[in-house]
Amino acid sequence: MISISSVSKTFGEGDNRTVALDQVNLEVAPGEMFGVVGQSGAGKSTLIRTVNLLERPDSGTIRVNGLDLTALGEDRLRVARQGIGMIFQHFNLLASRTVQGNVELALEVIGVERRERRRRAAEILDLVGLTSKASSYPSQLSGGQKQRVGIARALAARPAVLLSDEATSALDPETTRSILDLLKGIRDELGLTVLLITHEMDVVKTVCDSAALLEGGRIVENGRLVELISMPGSRLARDLFPLGAFVARPGTTVIDVTFSGGNADRPVIAQLAREHGLDVSILGAAIETIGGNQAGRTRLELPGTDETIHRAIADLRGQGLLVEIVEGLAA
Amino acid sequence: MIDTSSPTFWSDLVDVLITGTGQTLYMVGFALLFTVIVGLPLGVLLVGTERGGLFDAPFGKRGLGRVLHAVLSFVVNLGRSVPFVILMIAIIPFTRFVVGTFLGSTAAIVPLSLVAIPFFARMVEISIKEVDAGLSEAAHSLGASRWQIVRKVLVPEALPGMLLGLATTVTSIINFSAMVGTVGGGGLGDVAFRWGYQRYSTIHMVAVIIIIFIIVMLLQWVATHYAKKFARSATGSRTVSTPRDAPRGTPRDTRSDSPVGTPTI
Repeated sequence: MISISSVSKTFGEGDNRTVALDQVNLEVAPGEMFGVVGQSGAGKSTLIRTVNLLERPDSGTIRVNGLDLTALGEDRLRVARQGIGMIFQHFNLLASRTVQGNVELALEVIGVERRERRRRAAEILDLVGLTSKASSYPSQLSGGQKQRVGIARALAARPAVLLSDEATSALDPETTRSILDLLKGIRDELGLTVLLITHEMDVVKTVCDSAALLEGGRIVENGRLVELISMPGSRLARDLFPLGAFVARPGTTVIDVTFSGGNADRPVIAQLAREHGLDVSILGAAIETIGGNQAGRTRLELPGTDETIHRAIADLRGQGLLVEIVEGLAA
Repeated sequence: MIDTSSPTFWSDLVDVLITGTGQTLYMVGFALLFTVIVGLPLGVLLVGTERGGLFDAPFGKRGLGRVLHAVLSFVVNLGRSVPFVILMIAIIPFTRFVVGTFLGSTAAIVPLSLVAIPFFARMVEISIKEVDAGLSEAAHSLGASRWQIVRKVLVPEALPGMLLGLATTVTSIINFSAMVGTVGGGGLGDVAFRWGYQRYSTIHMVAVIIIIFIIVMLLQWVATHYAKKFARSATGSRTVSTPRDAPRGTPRDTRSDSPVGTPTI
């Protein structure tokens, strides 16, 4: 649905030159909710803004719904943008218009006549749960309500794609949750393709099917979440299950065991104790629902000889579990 | 010295003041009209032709945008830096060409407009620059054209600032209109000059000052009132609530986010 290939973007000249995007490739499948994470300055904002060409890349192509946007002239690009909704961190609502007026703006732009605008605005405000606020002004709304208006405006013209530029970053955790639920519900109901950027791993964990990690303008990891969590050494997976700091006793080996899908309910610890005679201690654990599946990671401390531990690890891996050695034993 | 005990003094005074006020309002009103008609688009173009602006590359030519911006800036700065008395005299041939004469209230509209246009254009420029760039961006993302962005986003959002700018502009037009009066333009300035100064009538002088003061106060009040009405800014403190959706006793920042209606999903 969205296909970004070899996209580069540089800002400034000479000494002030910064490479925001460096040969970025990204594929977002139809109906997918795709999250791009990265720290401030990683190029996330630039990336999402190149998708609807608010920022024109220096090189590379952007295809949305099969149409190469980078090849379009200004008028055809405007039409193409009407099929790509966008929501923003700071909502970007017009203070001079009511909630309804803000939503209608999206329809005025594409020349929908007044009666139909009214009807569609009412319909979409109902979808985001803001019917009672239709005649309020943005200044009278809370942050979460403002973002609902932003979502309604972005979806009014029935786009197939929604871009979300840090849409929940200015909101408190509870409101963030309600906005994410709304986005997910809308995605399921309308079959939207959603590309979102965020610096909060929680957002990705809650709603995304796939994710990419952007660092210094490059994609360093990319894939479906269910696959990423069973990928050895994945930094996204590590961030999905933050286990925190630990102190291991000397002479022990620390391993991370990742469960997902079918093997999530395996009695691993009991098995290690019973079959390998290991007195396992748990240093940390995290369980999450990712892509509709239970997945978790446990950090275990294993005392014992290298040989025993090697055998135990081989056994676990044999059962399809992802085992990573964190400390101790050489892998 | 004027004879205040003459039986017709007061009725003459009223006549003179009414005529003067009428002429002043006529000059100021039309000058204001032309100022808005020319100054508003000029201000929009000043912002638009800036680097990165909406019209920074007209017909796809960035160089043209740069030249246009430089020319507009130059003209506006020139218009604002020439003292009014000099401008008024310097453009007499132009005024004569447009109106047919350079004397009288109608002719005075020309220099008054010319001095106010650059002034108001700068006010418009400042107001539009204060509109959050994110709003233009959002409109872009909806597929809006440049013209739609100007008409539906920039001008409505900058309206409160532009109204206050307009009030300042009118005040200076009134100020300059008094100067026009001293060189045959009529109006309250003429009354103050011919009666108050040349015939030593303190009453005329005081009356003119009071009338001008009242006009300026009224304009300022109206402009501020409407600016407030249109400024439903994000800070909330300047919010004007309509009775229908007035908040009912709940402090704004503690209002819950949960939608009041029934969510469909």
